[in-house]
Amino acid sequence: MDFASFLIQTLNSLQYGLLLFLVASGLTLVFGIMGIINLAHGSFYMIGAYLAFVLTSATGSLVLAIVLGIPLALAFGAFLEWALFSHLYKRDHLEQVLLTYGLILIFEQLRSLLVGDDVHGVAIPAFLDASIQLTEVMSYPVYRLAISVICIVLAVALYYVIQRTRLGMMIRAGNDDRGMVEALGININMIYRVVFALGVALAALAGMLAAPISSVFPNMGSHVLIISFVIVVIGGIGSVWGALVAALIVGFADTFGKVLVPELSGIVVYVVMAVVLLWRPEGILKKG
Amino acid sequence: MNANASLIPKLVALAIVACVPLSGESFYIEIVGKVLVMAIFAMSLDLLVGFTGLVSFGHAAYFGIAAYAVAILSPEYEAASLWYVLPASVGLSALAAFVIGLFVLRTKGIYFIMVTLAFAQMAYFIFHDTPLGGGSDGKYLNNKPSASIFGWEPFDLTNEVHMFYFVLAVLVLVYLFLARVLQSPFGRVLVGIKSNEHRMQSLGYLTFRYKLGAFTLAGALGGLAGFLYAVLFGFVTPELLSWHESGNVLLMVILGGMGNLAGAIAGAFAFEAMREIFADITKYWQLLMGGVIVAVVLFLPGGLAGVPGRIKRALQGGEAK
Repeated sequence: MDFASFLIQTLNSLQYGLLLFLVASGLTLVFGIMGIINLAHGSFYMIGAYLAFVLTSATGSLVLAIVLGIPLALAFGAFLEWALFSHLYKRDHLEQVLLTYGLILIFEQLRSLLVGDDVHGVAIPAFLDASIQLTEVMSYPVYRLAISVICIVLAVALYYVIQRTRLGMMIRAGNDDRGMVEALGININMIYRVVFALGVALAALAGMLAAPISSVFPNMGSHVLIISFVIVVIGGIGSVWGALVAALIVGFADTFGKVLVPELSGIVVYVVMAVVLLWRPEGILKKG
Repeated sequence: MNANASLIPKLVALAIVACVPLSGESFYIEIVGKVLVMAIFAMSLDLLVGFTGLVSFGHAAYFGIAAYAVAILSPEYEAASLWYVLPASVGLSALAAFVIGLFVLRTKGIYFIMVTLAFAQMAYFIFHDTPLGGGSDGKYLNNKPSASIFGWEPFDLTNEVHMFYFVLAVLVLVYLFLARVLQSPFGRVLVGIKSNEHRMQSLGYLTFRYKLGAFTLAGALGGLAGFLYAVLFGFVTPELLSWHESGNVLLMVILGGMGNLAGAIAGAFAFEAMREIFADITKYWQLLMGGVIVAVVLFLPGGLAGVPGRIKRALQGGEAK
């Protein structure tokens, strides 16, 4: 592998890993804080991608679609938390699995009813539709770089919110000891709603950003869901930073796996997970 | 619980199912045959979920591994011997469950659910991506295994009625076997682990070994169901290992009420019936199915199996007032 293709694969790994981080960070927060296993999290990614497709067709601009889509996703997340998930906190994991599995069926069928089962492309915004020439034959698309930059900005913002704000303090406290937070008079239900809506919006944003690269297609959420599970397992439940490290590991393992061992590419990520489990059954960074 | 009292309805149900081939309709024979296979699959998962308290969300892997094993081990132009491919396929599933169990049983709770799912997905990709499995189209099993023993053929699996009774016989044997296992000291320990693993550990049981035993046994029996599925339909696809299958079989167990072998069988019947009926009403059957699942969780904790108890309690409550 020469240097230019190595550089391209490295940038691809980063971009893929960072995009996965957007999905997995919401998942791990919902696990860690609310103790809920949410199989429908991948559907939020799918919904985001379809929102990008529908809104871009309507407005003619992906940027506008994202600006409109994020508040929609936040509202949708808050609604779901109020209508369904708030009833699941005291139930066992099996019932959570069941309900969220039912939700996947509903979301996929609604998607099929409303948008159909065809594969759709989404146009890259004109000002990002260029590529950087690396060598005479190889170039790197600006849009992928833009995704990485957006994700890095979001990761920093997330870090700031969680570590430096009052809301973040309450989220961290909720992650450590739910009962204590309630006893201190903090409205834990409000925190749950905020965190859940945030998780939905992050997953939907990941779907919107990915739509021009991967195009939008039925069941696109299920692969992302399972990879996000792997990331949460590797990173440690409830740990956002663990999720970041794990997402990057998975991004690199998957991208370089496809180049180096194409036949086994689907399996590489799971082998990494198995090794981590042997080494640290609780994940790289344990909750905290 | 009076075992004899619950025996009669079970025998009646068995007799009714055994009469299905008398209809002579291939459609019914095949569809009920399929449900019986799924019932075996559901019982194998119930051993983990209902009796040991291990919520495995990747049970389809063992079903699929054995199903692929028959298709791969059978020669292309002639029938393989049943007495070789059956133990070999089930053995492979058991081996896979043993190895995966060594990893997944190190985890608990939500982790366990996610990790079993991830390993099943790994198995899915092995058959989907490598030359072993024949890609997303899957593989055909051109010749059903032959039951011949030194030239004597006790039954013929290419005959749909023989196949049906073969599946039914396996179902009854698996039921009796699991019922026996659960009565044994081994089964008692599993139930003990479900209610309180720490207590079992302080009593001196090496619970990891018991859980690994249960996981391997469930994998083997899941494999047995997968084997029957492949022989019944004559082809296998990677979708047999997909997480939707793992979800469906979990639903069957829950519908039937966990920790109840006969319930798992009833759950398989209820699930397939629901699927057929909804698919008949509308092509958007997933919407109905999903709606029913969400409603059951929200309004009926304990599943359909809890309904009689709820009615009873409601009636008694009424009398007390």
